[in-house]
Amino acid sequence: MCTVCGCSTSRPSASPTAEEGHEHSHAHAHSHDHEHSHDHAHSHDHGHSHAHTHSHDHAHSHDHGHEHPHEHGHHDDGCRLLDRQPAPSRHPLAAAIPNTADGAAGVTHPGHRRDSTLDYGKGPAGVHVAGVSQRRLVAIETDILARNNRIADRNRARLEAQSTLALNLMSSPGSGKTTLLVETLGQQPGGDVAVIEGDQQTANDAQRIRATGVPALQVNTGKGCHLDASMIERALTQMALPPRSLLFIENVGNLVCPAGFDLGEDAKVVILSVTEGEDKPLKYPHMFAAASLMVLSKIDLAPYVDFDMQACEAHARRINPDIEIIRLSARSGEGMPAWLDWIAARRESLRHKALAQAKVSLDVVEDKSV
Amino acid sequence: MHEMSICQSIVDLIEEQALAESFDRVSRVCLEIGVLSCVEPGALAFGFEVSTRGSIAEGATLDIVDVPASAWCFGCNQTVEIARRGDDCPRCQGARLRVTGGEELRVKELEVV
Repeated sequence: MCTVCGCSTSRPSASPTAEEGHEHSHAHAHSHDHEHSHDHAHSHDHGHSHAHTHSHDHAHSHDHGHEHPHEHGHHDDGCRLLDRQPAPSRHPLAAAIPNTADGAAGVTHPGHRRDSTLDYGKGPAGVHVAGVSQRRLVAIETDILARNNRIADRNRARLEAQSTLALNLMSSPGSGKTTLLVETLGQQPGGDVAVIEGDQQTANDAQRIRATGVPALQVNTGKGCHLDASMIERALTQMALPPRSLLFIENVGNLVCPAGFDLGEDAKVVILSVTEGEDKPLKYPHMFAAASLMVLSKIDLAPYVDFDMQACEAHARRINPDIEIIRLSARSGEGMPAWLDWIAARRESLRHKALAQAKVSLDVVEDKSV
Repeated sequence: MHEMSICQSIVDLIEEQALAESFDRVSRVCLEIGVLSCVEPGALAFGFEVSTRGSIAEGATLDIVDVPASAWCFGCNQTVEIARRGDDCPRCQGARLRVTGGEELRVKELEVV
């Protein structure tokens, strides 16, 4: 397309030589490059192209009125020039445009662009400079994860209103998350418990959970390396949990990516087994910085492995001074009461929070009714 | 590689803005990435090129502005700059620090055409 006049047939000229700049750009010269063509001047397509006949020098000017209003300036200039100094070339405008010292009249004509969204008033300096491509800066200042965070906030509000405690369990693959869950589910004092299992593939973990009688929803992320808030939103809708439930979200086994994605959980729990390195908190700091609790698991194996629990805990606290730590073994049961108590305290505190919020709402309603 | 989904979020954000601000081509995207954020700039640049293909930001230049990390030192009672999580205070060499900045992950501005 011609970027000057918008016609579909001619080519814009990058280098506005006399010939090209104008033939192509407007004249559609090809269509009637020959003199006689003017008789269809009335057909208003390209009056100017035959301006050379001079006989109807400006007949064309009106031709364009409706079609390409912006072209006027152009043609008028051209024609005026033509009147003053008849062009040697066969196209009057061809002479006119390139000869203008600054070239401004001809070459970059904003209005010629077909792009209706361009607004030159929005240029960096609020002006348009001919020949300078139009760019502007749009300040965004928005968190890249804003959308995920919005959905996570929605999930959190939904869970809190129901006084349902959601815990996001994260670890590297093989730390014993599912084993810990199976043991934990069997020791819940009461109330509804449910699990969302995140894995790239297979429903193996959900099946292990379901075998305990607890409902489990498997979320397969495919190639995804973490769960995100929208996956949890969909899962919550599908699961329709009763109020005051306990929901475990077992994230994809990965000590890196899940750390960055808020799901709307009450707390993130990172599980680290003593068969891994004690320096993992230093190697994967994001995860330990994001977690409220670190569970050191498989401590029944501690005598057989070279794992310094104290050093590991010091590393975790260095990364996150607020992190709580529980040592346990799901297999031997050692440390399990502390974990179960931690969950119970969290549920209780959430219940108080939900009650306090409900009370505020009630107060608002009562004040209004008075 | 969560950088891919972060890039997808960037493309979503750009397309939302394109509707709001009426533009249909983006030539440069400027991000502010905290040095403590969970994003690796190299992986982000790769993901950006892939994610923007076929979008209005295809071929756009990606500028990443690093935001330094800051922490509150309980020993010095003031904010200090650190290089990474777990660093000691550069002033008092104390280890009691709480990170206060450097986790940013933001689209700062777009250059649009």
